[in-house]
Amino acid sequence: MPVAATTPERNAAAVAALVADPEKLLRTVEEALLDRRETISADQAYALAEVDVDATLPGDDGEDRTVLDAMLDLAHRVRVAWTSEEVALESIVSGKTGGCPEDCAFCSQSSVFETLVKPQPLLTEAEVLQAAASAEAEGATEFCIVYAVRGPDERLMQNILDLTAVVHEKTRMHVAVSAGILTAEQAQRLHDAGVVKYNHNLEAARSFFPSIASTHTWEERWETLDLVRDHGMEVCSGGIVGMGETPTQRAELALELAEFRPTETPLNFLNPRPGTPLGDAEPLTPREALHAIALFRLVLPWTLLRLAGGREIALQDLQSAGLLGGVNGLIIGNYLTTLGRAPQDDVKMLRDLDIPVRGLQDLL
Amino acid sequence: MWCAACGRTGSAGDDGHERCTAALELDTPRFCTRCGRRLDVQVYPTGFSATCRRCDGVHPRDRGRSMEDHDPTD
Repeated sequence: MPVAATTPERNAAAVAALVADPEKLLRTVEEALLDRRETISADQAYALAEVDVDATLPGDDGEDRTVLDAMLDLAHRVRVAWTSEEVALESIVSGKTGGCPEDCAFCSQSSVFETLVKPQPLLTEAEVLQAAASAEAEGATEFCIVYAVRGPDERLMQNILDLTAVVHEKTRMHVAVSAGILTAEQAQRLHDAGVVKYNHNLEAARSFFPSIASTHTWEERWETLDLVRDHGMEVCSGGIVGMGETPTQRAELALELAEFRPTETPLNFLNPRPGTPLGDAEPLTPREALHAIALFRLVLPWTLLRLAGGREIALQDLQSAGLLGGVNGLIIGNYLTTLGRAPQDDVKMLRDLDIPVRGLQDLL
Repeated sequence: MWCAACGRTGSAGDDGHERCTAALELDTPRFCTRCGRRLDVQVYPTGFSATCRRCDGVHPRDRGRSMEDHDPTD
């Protein structure tokens, strides 16, 4: 597939008309996704991003409810109809921390910025295996090894291939990898080694990306996703919201991802890291985060929409609202350089919500 | 005594370190409380290690979960 040539088209008049009538907007979105089982239009997506989510609508039971509540309810029904009741749990580990030459403005692992993260050597096989085993014991069925690099050199490729083999041998987890920009030959070798899924986030809308990184382009990211798909691996690609982009640009990112049809879409929320250019940014409010979750689900109905880094900060005590608002995946445990909720707390939350966990019964 | 979050003198919760307490809720210690040196930190799904090269040992835990809480692999 060639690189997307333009930003998804936006008909300003059509979007304005939909924004002005949120009841009609949600009704037409529901008809498309649930009655006709079609994806929504770009104008509908932009309108969902730009609509006043605090406006009220008459509810079915006679009680008014906000547009946001209605969006979350619809997003939940869409995710159940298009995916399943189950939520999939994944854990991640940083196989190589810090020292990255790229200048992504959100990232504490960039060597361009003075951050608190001190570069670390590659994890040993024993360390990775221990991390995988502990994650599996907590209920994760997928394990992603992430490297802070522009792309893998031969030494790193060999490391990835060796670790993939040993995690497959010693655990029952699916192995995913995130190691930056790939060549076609590297993509083929990863596939042949049993890497099920490759993560490479678009991170931001194409129109916003130049504000985030200058050492590589959005198009380079897209090209790696092409290689991943063309070589038989599942595409895992999402982004970070709350970096200063507009709601319209959030819709743009979701639409750009939709064009690629990723198997999985991790949705991260900016956790402002000291020393990075975004270190003083104001995190999203829980309601802004929930709006983004519902938007991504409604634009990407088929995808495994996974709540990822920063969810503790953005959603705060509303984690469960996200799970009832379109999400069907969680990263459990800690992240690459920061800490997350205790995995047991997330598993308990899922039990309390009566949401089944993929693969968990097999482990019990 | 050095702050594990920011590396300045004092500790999380002291005057001038109000944000450090919150920072350590979702971050590992980043500085050795004994010598102020930046720690070697590795985060794992269910724990972390934070080591000071000068003080030659694992940093005292400031939170409940550290590498010692990992399940043994074999």
